[in-house]
Amino acid sequence: MSQALTQDDVKRIARLARIEIDDAQAQATQAQLNAIFDLIATMQAVNTDGIAPMAHAQEVYQRLRDDDVTETDRHAAFQSVAPAVENGLYLVPKVIE
Amino acid sequence: MSDTSLSALAAQLAAKQISSRELAQQYLDRIAALNPSINAFITVDAHKTLAEAADADALIAAGKAGPLTGVPIAHKDIFCTHGWLTTCGSKMLHNFVAPYDAHVIQRFKAAGMPSLGKTNMDEFAMGSSNETSYFGAVRNPWNTGYVPGGSSGGAAACVAARMAPAATGTDTGGSIRQPAALCGITGLKPTYGLVSRFGMIAFASSLDQAGPMAPSAKDCALLLNVMTGFDPNDSTSLERQKEDYTRDLDKPLTGLRVGLPREFFAEGLNNEVAAAVEAAVAELKRLGATTVEISLANSGLAIPVYYVLAPAEASSNLSRFDGVRYGYRAPEYATLDDMYCKTRAQGFGAEVRRRIMIGAYVLSHGYYDAYYLQAQKIRRLIADDFSEAFEACDIILGPTAPGTAFRLGEKSDDPVEMYLNDLYTIPANLAGLPGMSLPCGFDSSGLPIGLQLVGNYFSEAKMLNVAHQFQRATDWHARAPEGLR
Repeated sequence: MSQALTQDDVKRIARLARIEIDDAQAQATQAQLNAIFDLIATMQAVNTDGIAPMAHAQEVYQRLRDDDVTETDRHAAFQSVAPAVENGLYLVPKVIE
Repeated sequence: MSDTSLSALAAQLAAKQISSRELAQQYLDRIAALNPSINAFITVDAHKTLAEAADADALIAAGKAGPLTGVPIAHKDIFCTHGWLTTCGSKMLHNFVAPYDAHVIQRFKAAGMPSLGKTNMDEFAMGSSNETSYFGAVRNPWNTGYVPGGSSGGAAACVAARMAPAATGTDTGGSIRQPAALCGITGLKPTYGLVSRFGMIAFASSLDQAGPMAPSAKDCALLLNVMTGFDPNDSTSLERQKEDYTRDLDKPLTGLRVGLPREFFAEGLNNEVAAAVEAAVAELKRLGATTVEISLANSGLAIPVYYVLAPAEASSNLSRFDGVRYGYRAPEYATLDDMYCKTRAQGFGAEVRRRIMIGAYVLSHGYYDAYYLQAQKIRRLIADDFSEAFEACDIILGPTAPGTAFRLGEKSDDPVEMYLNDLYTIPANLAGLPGMSLPCGFDSSGLPIGLQLVGNYFSEAKMLNVAHQFQRATDWHARAPEGLR
């Protein structure tokens, strides 16, 4: 499990995370991530057979609310902080030719 | 201002010895004088602060004041604050003016407490030294060559330097308690679910919890009364009866059983910190407490577990920062995908990029069971250790951090070394338990030492009782750094 990450692994992870990374950064990141995964590896020796995973601090269930409209239309306020907007639409590079 | 405790300030306001505007102006003046050397605030807006203070004065004049109306407070820059720049310490949000208020901000506004500004923090709350902020490191008011801790470093530093009478913080793995310890103030992370996370920019949602930071436990109790309460906008907010957290402050400690986890006094703990914590234990015994040795056998696994779970949740939460709806967008890009990748590479700092990558990896196909699921199972073992310990004791006591403040730059190139700072604080987050830090001494360099209390679920009033009784018998919390310019 604690097989060290290669530079290609680091680039693949960066790709998964949608973070551009160049060779020099990948190299620096590789060493740091491997040190962190060495720390994490101490976890692997623990026997957790039969232990239920704990996803949350409190055993609570998702609340349901009435299916009513409670929000007001604030799109102008929310879009005022967007990098590029036109006619109430967020502008991004063309994705369909 | 001699006595700047929240109750003293509130009494002066109620007696009309000072107006909220005058009080706010005094703090704004001190911020203007000290912030250039401490860098505790990212945003200060005197006009907005004074307008809020004028509203508070109107409430007081109309006889509609609450217990803290007119007392100003500083807010961590992780809380969305309507009309205020809200950066989360990141270039990604360097231009983000929040279009709404976080629930915590709504509550302080409703209490009539003017905001003194937005405090500096580690980027997206990821850090233990406040050095990862895009807006520069915060400096420790006790020695400006040292870090204040993090991630709520600006909050801790501004309270320590008396630039604000109180501040809000958030704590995912120790981000209220560790900077409180390193800056010599009191800070409390409540039971998970007591304070709404609505409008609090998310890091690791199953761990994040907001809490108060102030000089004393009594101040924290008053602030907790404002901050807690059910909020339908947070799906994990707990529906509970509202409590008065000041109700037990004056109870004697006779018969209190204090649990001392042997793992928190083992190798890796600085000698001066150990001595100060042991002296605090002796003080509590004089006040009527008894001690019992306990074991949190799996607490040594808390850091590895945390560095799987928190990055996993962060990689999901921070996927929203893509240059489309708010914040930074890369100036040049070819395709949509290229825009995402460049925006995120340029908008996030190195530590945030690292944690997102750890998270993406541990959640990726083929690794989920070995990392994420295994971490969640050990999280339960850690929580179970606490449940067992609380059968033998009423409260758990130990150091907040393994050492005192370290020099700026000393650990910033070594992530693993930095992560070890949160050795004693992370277990409470994983279990969802309340924890607090209070000052209990100084090391030979004059840097503050923090004492940590961890209570059972919803035992904040008891923790505050213990802390208040300790602070009545000692004056560590009343000391402030001298000679600040």
